[in-house]
Amino acid sequence: MAHPSEPEVLDQALSGIGVDEKLLVSILRKSHMRKGCSKFFCEDERQFERWNHTAIKSLKAEFKRFKDVVVLSLMHPWERDARLLKKALKKGPMQYNVIVEIACIRSSDELLGARKAYHSLFDRSIEEDLASHIQGSERKLLVALVSAYRYEGPKVKEDTARLEAKALLNAIKNNDKRNAMEDDEVVRILTTRSKPHLKEVYEQYKKFSDKTITEDLEVELLLKETVECLCTPQTYFTRVFDAALRDDADEDAKKALTRLVATQESEEMKGVATKFEGKIKERVKGAYKDVLVGMLEK
Amino acid sequence: MATLTVPSAVPSASEDCEQLRKAFSGWGTNENLIIDILGHRNAEQRNLIRKAYGEAYGEDLLKALNKELTSDFERLVMLWTLDPAERDAYLANEATKRWTSSNQVLMEIACTRSANQLLHARQAYHARFKKSLEEDVAHHTTGDFRKLLLPLVTAYRYEGDEVNMSLAKTEAKLLHEKISDKAYSDDDVVRVLGTRSKAQINATLNHYKNEYGKDIIEDLEADSEDDFLALLRSTVKCLVYPEKYFEEVLRSAINKRGTDEGALTRVVSTRAEFDLKIIADEYQRRNSVPLTRAIGKDTRGDYEKMLLVLAGHDEA
Repeated sequence: MAHPSEPEVLDQALSGIGVDEKLLVSILRKSHMRKGCSKFFCEDERQFERWNHTAIKSLKAEFKRFKDVVVLSLMHPWERDARLLKKALKKGPMQYNVIVEIACIRSSDELLGARKAYHSLFDRSIEEDLASHIQGSERKLLVALVSAYRYEGPKVKEDTARLEAKALLNAIKNNDKRNAMEDDEVVRILTTRSKPHLKEVYEQYKKFSDKTITEDLEVELLLKETVECLCTPQTYFTRVFDAALRDDADEDAKKALTRLVATQESEEMKGVATKFEGKIKERVKGAYKDVLVGMLEK
Repeated sequence: MATLTVPSAVPSASEDCEQLRKAFSGWGTNENLIIDILGHRNAEQRNLIRKAYGEAYGEDLLKALNKELTSDFERLVMLWTLDPAERDAYLANEATKRWTSSNQVLMEIACTRSANQLLHARQAYHARFKKSLEEDVAHHTTGDFRKLLLPLVTAYRYEGDEVNMSLAKTEAKLLHEKISDKAYSDDDVVRVLGTRSKAQINATLNHYKNEYGKDIIEDLEADSEDDFLALLRSTVKCLVYPEKYFEEVLRSAINKRGTDEGALTRVVSTRAEFDLKIIADEYQRRNSVPLTRAIGKDTRGDYEKMLLVLAGHDEA
């Protein structure tokens, strides 16, 4: 059996998502082996081999995953969501999809619980923080999404759904003249109607367009995610899992993995996740992998 | 403080039901008995009575009341018998319907209730109307009114006393700018009034007065015909000094030619178990006559009796 060179072993232990702790421990027990591990080390102008700065950053992120998934899973779901919302707000527009995700996927009572927890944790209401920190066109939509307390019964009015599908279609057609995200009717429909009703709107829309709402919203990412999370959550989960497990996934995409697995107990999510189980076992390493797989099998 | 009085020895719910059933039976109705019982029970007790009545006689107490009573008295008793959350849901729903629409009532409920009371109203709304309050408000209001009312009815305000003084300064300045530009329905005006905690808004408005010499209400009186401005003024009042707002509503209801029973009924039935005493004190201070006396002069019959009982005035 060909022994992999030590640099290769190190590389193996630290690539992918998470960290192969056992393998690392076995390496560290042996000799020092810095030379040749050019991915992690570089020679500076004094011929001194130092850790590559970017490598350290990404290593930190990989080691952190286990801690994050543990902390997130042990927290009360309301505190979890409140903290995730706060963090997403702080990080800025690139993370607003997390706000959409939480506001739209949680049940009405879970979202309410998060709002209560937010009061306790931060001495403010989530809506006042969102409203005062978000300056762009997404403010109206996001504030209204977190403020919703949607009816959860199955009752749906087909006629109203049809009218509202038409209204959405119009707003999307006029997107270049007026951002659909700022259209009062779009915001009203998406932020006040019940989820069963919105699923009906989604279906009715197909009668007026040869594309689905989400296909027509390719340009408006935040709106698209809103519709996905409300009407077709499996599509959303699939997309997020896929993006997280790709070879070229960036840090934000990988973080989504922890967030989804630690916060989602719904059957829909589990169903999607099982499709990715193979890929997870391949790409993810160490204790982090064990936690993820364990949670998915719960 | 509430004006509702409950006897120290309260009969059991089934005893109350029996008495009520007696009051309904035979020719006519024993209104005094109804007032005596229902007018002296708190929300929990009334809920128990309703439950017991349904179980004992297979009929909803409210339906029975609807059959037996009429007019203003009936509406008052009906509203009073509901528990606070259902009452708010009922009034809010009524306020979204075409013939009874009222932005003022929606704003009043959203702003004078505590965060949890508003929440319970929203929950009661789901249960009774199979829809969310916000979807009805959104569907039945338009323009600036919708822009203001939606955040108000969906708010879940922080309720602590903590106040950020520098934020109060910044937002007072912001409000002043927008108001000076007559941008009354500006995003930021709606944002401050719709999301900040009541304590924070209070601090902001105090700062406004200190800095600019005028109460914000005065600066919002530019156009007496503007309905939106009127709503905005009432919103501010409801958020920071609700007892003054309610006093005004009562004064206007009583002084109006012929009395505005709708408003009178609404204020008395919704505040009797909360702060009608404080409102009544404010009324006396402002009008130099006790609220109960003003009500007595302006109304009559069983309607008057029930109002007075709820307002804490019992005829010896």
